[in-house]
Amino acid sequence: MFKSYRTFTKLVCAIGASAILVGLPAVGHAWEPIKPVEFVVMAGKGGGADKAVRLIQSIIASEKMAPVPFTPINKPGGSGAEALVHLKGKTGDNHTLMFTLNSFYTTPLRQPGLGIDIATFTPVARMAEDTFLLWVNSDRKDINNIEDFVKAAKAKGSNWIMAGTGKNSEDNLLTDFLNKAYGLNMKYVPYKGGGKVAKELAGNNADSTVNNPSEQLGFYEAGNTKALAAFTDKRLPLFPDTPTFKELGKDYVYYMQRTVVGAPGMSKEAADYYRELFTRVFNSDKWQDYRTKKSLQGDLLTGDALMSYWKTEREVHRVMLKNMGVIK
Amino acid sequence: MSVRTAELLMAMMMGVFSIYLMFKSYELPVGWIEGEGPGGGAWPFWLSLVMLLSCLGIIFNWIRKVGPIATSDKVYVRADVLTEVGAVAISLIVTVALFSIIGIYGSLPLFLIFYVRFLGGHSWMLTSALAIIIPVSIFFFFEVTLKIILPKGYTEPLFIPLYKMFF
Amino acid sequence: MLETLGLLANGFTVVFEPQNLMLIIAGCALGIFIGAMPGLGSVNGVAILLPLTFLVPPTGAIIFLAAIYYGAMYGGAISSIMLGIPGASTAVATTFDGRPLAKQGMADKALTAAAVASFVGGSISVVLFTFFAPPLAHVALVFGAPEEFALMLLAFATFVGLGGDDLFKTLFSISIGLVLSAVGFDIISGEPRLVLWDITGFLHGINFLILAIGIYGIGEMLWTVEEHRLGGGKSMLSDATVTVKRTLANLRELMTTWKSIVMGSFLGYFVGILPAAGATPGSLMAYGIAKQISKNPEKFGHGALDGVCAPEAANNAASTGSMLPMLTLGIPGSPTTAILLGGMVIWGLEPGPRLFVDHPDFVWGLIASLYAANLFSVLINVAFIPVFIRILKTPFTILAPIIFILCLIGGYAPTQSLHDVWLMVIFGIVGYLMRKLDYPMAPAVLAIVLGPLAEPALRQSLIISDGSFSIFFTRTYSGPIMVAALIFLFLPLIKIVYVKLRKQYA
Repeated sequence: MFKSYRTFTKLVCAIGASAILVGLPAVGHAWEPIKPVEFVVMAGKGGGADKAVRLIQSIIASEKMAPVPFTPINKPGGSGAEALVHLKGKTGDNHTLMFTLNSFYTTPLRQPGLGIDIATFTPVARMAEDTFLLWVNSDRKDINNIEDFVKAAKAKGSNWIMAGTGKNSEDNLLTDFLNKAYGLNMKYVPYKGGGKVAKELAGNNADSTVNNPSEQLGFYEAGNTKALAAFTDKRLPLFPDTPTFKELGKDYVYYMQRTVVGAPGMSKEAADYYRELFTRVFNSDKWQDYRTKKSLQGDLLTGDALMSYWKTEREVHRVMLKNMGVIK
Repeated sequence: MSVRTAELLMAMMMGVFSIYLMFKSYELPVGWIEGEGPGGGAWPFWLSLVMLLSCLGIIFNWIRKVGPIATSDKVYVRADVLTEVGAVAISLIVTVALFSIIGIYGSLPLFLIFYVRFLGGHSWMLTSALAIIIPVSIFFFFEVTLKIILPKGYTEPLFIPLYKMFF
Repeated sequence: MLETLGLLANGFTVVFEPQNLMLIIAGCALGIFIGAMPGLGSVNGVAILLPLTFLVPPTGAIIFLAAIYYGAMYGGAISSIMLGIPGASTAVATTFDGRPLAKQGMADKALTAAAVASFVGGSISVVLFTFFAPPLAHVALVFGAPEEFALMLLAFATFVGLGGDDLFKTLFSISIGLVLSAVGFDIISGEPRLVLWDITGFLHGINFLILAIGIYGIGEMLWTVEEHRLGGGKSMLSDATVTVKRTLANLRELMTTWKSIVMGSFLGYFVGILPAAGATPGSLMAYGIAKQISKNPEKFGHGALDGVCAPEAANNAASTGSMLPMLTLGIPGSPTTAILLGGMVIWGLEPGPRLFVDHPDFVWGLIASLYAANLFSVLINVAFIPVFIRILKTPFTILAPIIFILCLIGGYAPTQSLHDVWLMVIFGIVGYLMRKLDYPMAPAVLAIVLGPLAEPALRQSLIISDGSFSIFFTRTYSGPIMVAALIFLFLPLIKIVYVKLRKQYA
C-alpha cells in the first residue's frame, strides 16, 4: 500500500515536472514551435490563397522543415474581417500565422469599427505578388488590343459586364480605374471567388475580367480566353506579347500580395524562427516552380522591410478607396 | 404548462426574434436599387417579415383554436421528462463551457461519468472504461490522424510531450 | 468510342498496380469512417489528408483522395440512417426516410438500400462520365447566374409539400432557414450583414452543419431521451437484426425501387456537373421527384424505401459529376472538389480544358479509380452493416453520451470555433422545443443549404439584366428550367383544380 502510494507520488511529481519543463521555453536552444501551428487563410477553400497555403503546408511537411504540422484553417468571413479579428485575439501567441491578400489593407480601412491596426501584426515573409491582366473571351475576334476593347465597351455602355470577386475587392478597384482612365461605363458584377469569375468569362456570361493568371491559365491555354494588357511594371514572361498599361500610356501598376503574417506581439525568437523557415520555403524548388508556373512576381520581403511595404501599400489603398468614395 | 400555452409563447418569442432580424437587416439597404435589383439587406429583411407574418398566423390560429396543437390541453413537458431532458441539456451546456477551461479531455470524461453513471446507472467499471477509452480514441482519430486540434484550455502544457511523440 | 475504351483500359492498368489498389482500399475504408462521423464529411477527409499524398506520385494521390471522397459519400448515409444526423449536406435527404426506417427496426433494410443505391448511382454516373465528358463540359461552361437561380428554384419547387400540415409553421421554417443563411457577409455589396448582437463569430455565417447537427443531432437526441423516458422499457435506438433471410427479403424489396434509383442517378449526375451546384441540390431534388412520382407519396417521411434510394443514388452520381467541371474547367462543383483542385496544383497539374489532352494517364487513371472506388466502397460498406446494427443495440444510456460527444466535436471540427459549438447546442435545445409543437424542421435545413446558392445568383442575374426578371426566361437553359420550376411549384394547385373540374363534369 505504502509502496504503491510512493510510486504514485513519484509519478505525479514526474508528470508535473515534465509539464513545467516543456511549458517553459527551452534554454540554450533556438526557439522552435512546440505544438501544431494554426495557419489561418484569409479566404475560402479552393481560392488562390488557399491553394498557396496548402502548397506551403505540403512543402514544410515533405521537406521536414518544422517539427510540428502546420494546419490550415479558412476564415473568409467579412472579407477577411473574421481572420483579422481572430488573429488580434491571439495577441502574444507564438503558434498562429495568417496568409493574407490585399484585403489585409482594405478591410481595416473600410471597417474601422474592428479596431485593427495592421502595423501591430508581426511581419513574417512576403512570398510573392500576384499579377492582374485584362481578359476577354477569344470568341471576340473584333477585340485584339486595348483600343478595340475601349471601342467595344463604349458601344455597349453599361451593358458591358465586368465580372469580379466581390464589391470593393481588388477587381473592383481595377474596374474603377479602367472606367475612369478610358471613360467607360462598364457594369461590375461580383461573384464568389476568382475561379468562378474566370469561368463566367469563358462561358460568355461576362464580357471581360481582370483575373490573376493562375485563375485564367486553364482557359487561356485551351484558347478560350485572351489577355489584352497587364497591370504590371514589365511584361510577364508567360505573356510576352501582352503589353503593360504603362506601355499603353497609363501609369497604373497593381499587385496582390501573398504574405505570411504572425499574430501581434509574437516573441522575437518566434518571429525570427518563422522568418528563417519561410525564407527556406521561398527558396525551395517547389515554391519557385509554382511562382514560375503561376506567373507570380515580387521578391522575398521579411521583417522591417515588409512592415514598411505594408505601410506604403496601406496609404495607396487609402487613396484608392477615397477616390472610389468608399471611405471618407 | 399546457401545449396550448407553449404554442402561444413560442410564436410570440419567434415573432420578437423576427422583428430583431428585420431591424438588423435594415443596416443594409432593403429596397430596390435602380439597375441593380434588391439591396444587400432585402433578402433577409423581407424573409424576416414572412417569418413575422407566419408567427402572427400561428397566433391567429391559436385564437381561433384551430389545429391539434392550439387545442391540446396536454402537458407540454412532463415534470419527470423535464428533469431528465433538462439534466442532459444542462450537462451539455456545462461541458461546452468547460471546453475553454479544462479542455475537452477534462470535460468529456466528466460528461461521460455524469451520463453513464448517474443518468444511466451503469457500473463504475464500465463508466471509467468509457471515460478513458473515448477521449483517447478521440485524440488519436481527430488530432493524430486528421490533424484537427481540439480545444485544451489550461491543460494545453500537458499535451506538449504528446505532440512531440505523435507529430 | 473505341478510343475511349482504350484509354479507359490504360486507366485500369494504372489502377491495378498493387500500390494504387492498396490506396483505393485504404481510402474507401477511411472515407466511410470519416463520412459516418457527424460533422465530418468528404471535405474534411480530403482536406486533411491532402498533405499526406505527397508521399506518392500524383496519380496515386488523386486515386487515394477520390477513394476517400467516394467512401465518405457512402459513410454519410450511415450516420443519417443510424443516428438521424446528416454527416454532410449531401446526406440530408437520406435522413428524411432513413431515420424513420431505423426507428421502426429496419435499419438493416435502410443501410442495404443506401449501399446498393449508392453503388448503382456511382456506376451509372461513372459510365456517363466516361463517354459524355466533353459535350457536358460545354453545358457547365455556359451555365451562368440566371441558370443557377432557376436550378435552385427548381430544387425548392420539387420540395413543395415536404413540410407538415400547418402552413404557417412550414412557411416559418423555410424563411428562418433562408434568413439564417444570409448571416455573415453579403458578397454583392461587400458588407458584413446580420452580425447578430455584433458577435464576431457570426461573421463567418451559420454553417449548414451547425444547424443540421443542432437540430438532427442534439435536438433529436433530446427527443429520444424523452421517448426513452416515456417509453420506459425501450432501451435501444433500433432493434434491427441481420440474417440471411432478412437480407434477401430486403434485396427483393429493393428491386421495386429501381425507378427511383435510376431517376436519382441520372438527375444527380446532371445536377452534379453544374458548377456551384454539387451533390446537395441533386440529392434533394431526387428526393422531391421520387415523392412526386411515387404511388404512395404519403409514406415519404415515414420510412419510404424510395426516399432513401433516390437521394443516395443521386448524391453518389453527383459526386462523380462534380469531378467534370473540376477537371475540364478548373471550377469546383462542390467544396470537396475545391480542395482536390488545390491538390492538383500541388502536384503540378493544370486543370482546364487541356488536361484531358496533356495528361491522359492522370485523367483516365482517375476515372478508372472511380469504378474501383465505387466497387470497394460498396463491399466494405455491406460487410460492416452487421457491425453497425450491433452498435445500435448498445444500451441507450451508453450510446447517447457518445453521440452527444460526436455532435459536439462535429460542430467544432469544420470551423474550429467554439462559437459554433454554442450555436449548435442552442439550435438543438430550441429545435427540440419547437419540434414538440410540430414545427417541421426539414424545410429550415433545406433552406439554409440552398439559400446561399440562390440569393447571389438571383442578384447577379438582376444586376446583369438591369433589374428585369425576363432574363430568367429568355436564355437557352434557364428558360426551360424556370418553367419546370414553376410547374412543380404550382403542381399541388393544378392537382386541386384538376380534381375539382373532374368532379364538376363527371
